[in-house]
Amino acid sequence: MSDLISQNLNMIFKTPKGDTVHALKDLNFTLKKGELLTVLGPSGCGKTTLLNITAGFIRPTSGNITLNNKEIDGPGVERGMVFQQGALFEWLTVSENVNFGLRMKNEDPNKTQKKVDEWLEIVGLKGFGNTPTYQLSGGMQQRVALARCLINDPDLILMDEPLGALDALTREKMQSLVLKIWKETGKTIILITHSVEEALLLGERLYVMAPRPGRIHKEYNLPFASMGLKEDLREIKKNKDFSEKREEILEMIWNMEEEIMGKEI
Amino acid sequence: MLTQVITFLIFFAVIGCILYGRRLIKTEKIDAVFGNPERALGGTHWIIVGSSFLLLIWLYYSWDIAKGFYPKSANELCQVAKVNDSLLGLKYQFPIEERELKSTSQIRKENNNLKKLLEEIKNSKELNNQQKVILAEFINKTNQLIPLLTNDDLLENETKEKINSITGKINLLTENFQKSDYPFETDQQLNERLKAVKEQGGWGIVKVSSGTGSIENTLEVPLVPETDRGLKFDAAAKELNLISDEFFKLRNHNPQFKTQIQNIKSEIKSYRKSLDETQEVASTYAKNIVKIARRIEFASIYPPNALDKMQDAIVKFDNAKIQAQGGLRLIDIFLFPAGTIVASGPSCSEQGSGRWLPKPSDTFNKFILMSKPSVGYKDIPLLWIDMVDVSKIIGFILPDWIADILPGEYPVHTKDGVVKQNFKGQVLKFVTGDFKLFKIPVPYGHIWDSFLRVFLGLVFGILIGVPLGLFMGLNRFAKGFFDPLIELYRPVPPLAWAPLIISVLGIDNTGKVFLLFMVSLSIMIISARAGASGTQLSKIHAAHSLGASKKQILRYVIFPNSLPEILTGIRVAVGMCWGTLVAAEFLAGTTGIGFVENVAKKYFQYEVIWITIFIMGMLGLLFDVTLRKIIDKTIPWRGKG
Repeated sequence: MSDLISQNLNMIFKTPKGDTVHALKDLNFTLKKGELLTVLGPSGCGKTTLLNITAGFIRPTSGNITLNNKEIDGPGVERGMVFQQGALFEWLTVSENVNFGLRMKNEDPNKTQKKVDEWLEIVGLKGFGNTPTYQLSGGMQQRVALARCLINDPDLILMDEPLGALDALTREKMQSLVLKIWKETGKTIILITHSVEEALLLGERLYVMAPRPGRIHKEYNLPFASMGLKEDLREIKKNKDFSEKREEILEMIWNMEEEIMGKEI
Repeated sequence: MLTQVITFLIFFAVIGCILYGRRLIKTEKIDAVFGNPERALGGTHWIIVGSSFLLLIWLYYSWDIAKGFYPKSANELCQVAKVNDSLLGLKYQFPIEERELKSTSQIRKENNNLKKLLEEIKNSKELNNQQKVILAEFINKTNQLIPLLTNDDLLENETKEKINSITGKINLLTENFQKSDYPFETDQQLNERLKAVKEQGGWGIVKVSSGTGSIENTLEVPLVPETDRGLKFDAAAKELNLISDEFFKLRNHNPQFKTQIQNIKSEIKSYRKSLDETQEVASTYAKNIVKIARRIEFASIYPPNALDKMQDAIVKFDNAKIQAQGGLRLIDIFLFPAGTIVASGPSCSEQGSGRWLPKPSDTFNKFILMSKPSVGYKDIPLLWIDMVDVSKIIGFILPDWIADILPGEYPVHTKDGVVKQNFKGQVLKFVTGDFKLFKIPVPYGHIWDSFLRVFLGLVFGILIGVPLGLFMGLNRFAKGFFDPLIELYRPVPPLAWAPLIISVLGIDNTGKVFLLFMVSLSIMIISARAGASGTQLSKIHAAHSLGASKKQILRYVIFPNSLPEILTGIRVAVGMCWGTLVAAEFLAGTTGIGFVENVAKKYFQYEVIWITIFIMGMLGLLFDVTLRKIIDKTIPWRGKG
């Protein structure tokens, strides 16, 4: 059993003014090994909070969350993370960045170099090993971040809007890359996104979250990710089923936003 | 010679660069639009023009161009100054540089004084009527003195003759002065003069004492005339001095005047004697009247036209003098900007910018001289190498207590009076450096001392400041605990600490290094702290997820991430330390660039002052350029992350 199980997860923040914000309320879900979950929702619905709790950066107010039956109480190597801006270490080269996790484990540099080269090839950065990271484009930086995370062989990969800052073309390429890696490695992945299309395309499962308090509003099981492994992603987008789902979710989120606006007025 | 060549080179460089720059503007299309920052790129030729202008201004205002092209001009102008000074007293007697005759102005002045005094006496409440009448009579009599002096008929023949004789002497001098071989110098006089000229040296020369090798105060402008033209002025000045003395000894006192003034004096004297202590006011007034009478007696008051011929003679000489100066006047006007040598009179010093702005040639000579290790400044070279035995360095680094903590006793002399060395004794010899190994070169001197102080202060500041700053940026306790201490001492100007620290730790290196340590410490703490607290949270999260421990995150993420701030902090600290050091060396000490400047200031050694300024500028630049290179090498990602 290498599942991610969340039980009655609650997260309450206190603002500096003294108000309380219920970021997550009674979150219950189970994620099986090898599943790809995309999380979608308007801003303030607790997506990033959920990810940070899963990564172990913050502790939930109540409830618990376990991975492989072990309670998450801090950051760990078994949960890799990919950030929106890459969060690369710009004082290191590409291969040094990818090698970072292994170096922290004091592994033999000769052995690790081989591994680094392998991973650079997988993410399509062969020959860029000695390039300083600040010279890379946004998409390449995300590839480095992906390789840096995967080289540690984590059980769970957490992606916090990893493709949000990329242009449309690069984004599409990276979506294929994520699917490719998901298939080849069989990792469990949680991917947070703002884009409904991306959530539909990549998600084997999809949670639409609602804000105030942050909760899972609706859950979908989707076929498109498996299709994406074989077909061109653009073809899937033309799929009628895909369009219907997209419209449905978009309307759902619109309604949520309107509700918030109404509340505030 | 060198100055001439350099001046010409600069001229051609400036003209060439300006022409090149103009052509570039016309041909380069990238320059087309105003406001495009690319217009400011490049431009080495304008750098040449800018530096050339600076050098040219320096050469011009320090009078080095005058010295380079007309090396004798200063000596000649000095002789002119002598003539001007000798002629000054005579000239003031006539409306040459003043508006009226000296006699006229003196008469007016004394008449006014008498009138004022009379007015005062009339209105005085402390004087009785009888006293007023007597004092008014005294004033009247004093007033009657003046016509006795200004009456042409009363002028004595003897005085007339003397005036004529002086006028004749001036005319003769003028006549001789215009002759080419004046002052008719004999061969012996010529040889003596040339010997004196040789001994006095040239304009602005640097004299070095051959015994100690130290630099002595230099003569600004040589006094003894070097050229024939100069000699003319020198001789005329000497003659004019004699003539002037003769004139001022002359008194226009005819018998009538003499009896009259004698009468007034004795009358007032007896009147004052007759007064008792209660009538002091009247006595004071009488005394003031006598004072005026005496002033009239000793003033050179003559009848209106008695000195006309003498005035003509002086004007003639003045014209002859101006003519004799010839091109020298133009040199004085154009090549001695912001002052002249003539203004200094017979003392022949530089008066103006040439005084405080040393000539580049002199400065360069002096710098070369000071750079010689045998000369240096105050018996210490600027920068030199000393051969020091390694044992001394070992003895300095190793603490002596290493020997003390060893077991056993130090050797004691035996009955025979012999000392047998044991192991503990050997160790003591080693840690105190009491042995001979091989010698290595170690730099020393003023520049090295200053450099070392800044370097050590900086290194200690970095070694303690950076870890503490990082700690404070990451830890609430550290921030809260150390913040009050640092924020209390940091805003105080470092120099405010200097007197205290120097009196506690001494005027030697310890005090100064500690002061600089204090300066750099606060800067390093603040920059390291800013670097640490400015680390992006996502990077720290990423490092955590990649399995880095706390120590590893500090070493591999937070420290490299703060490097840009730390290195910028070092750059700021270097500047601050450099400024503080020089001021601290001003306060106390016996070595260092600041010390040199402070001593030079006391002796008005302007060249040395400027040399120290240049050295400090160059060293500061060297520090900064080195650091910029290091920054470019170590943190190429700065501003790109």
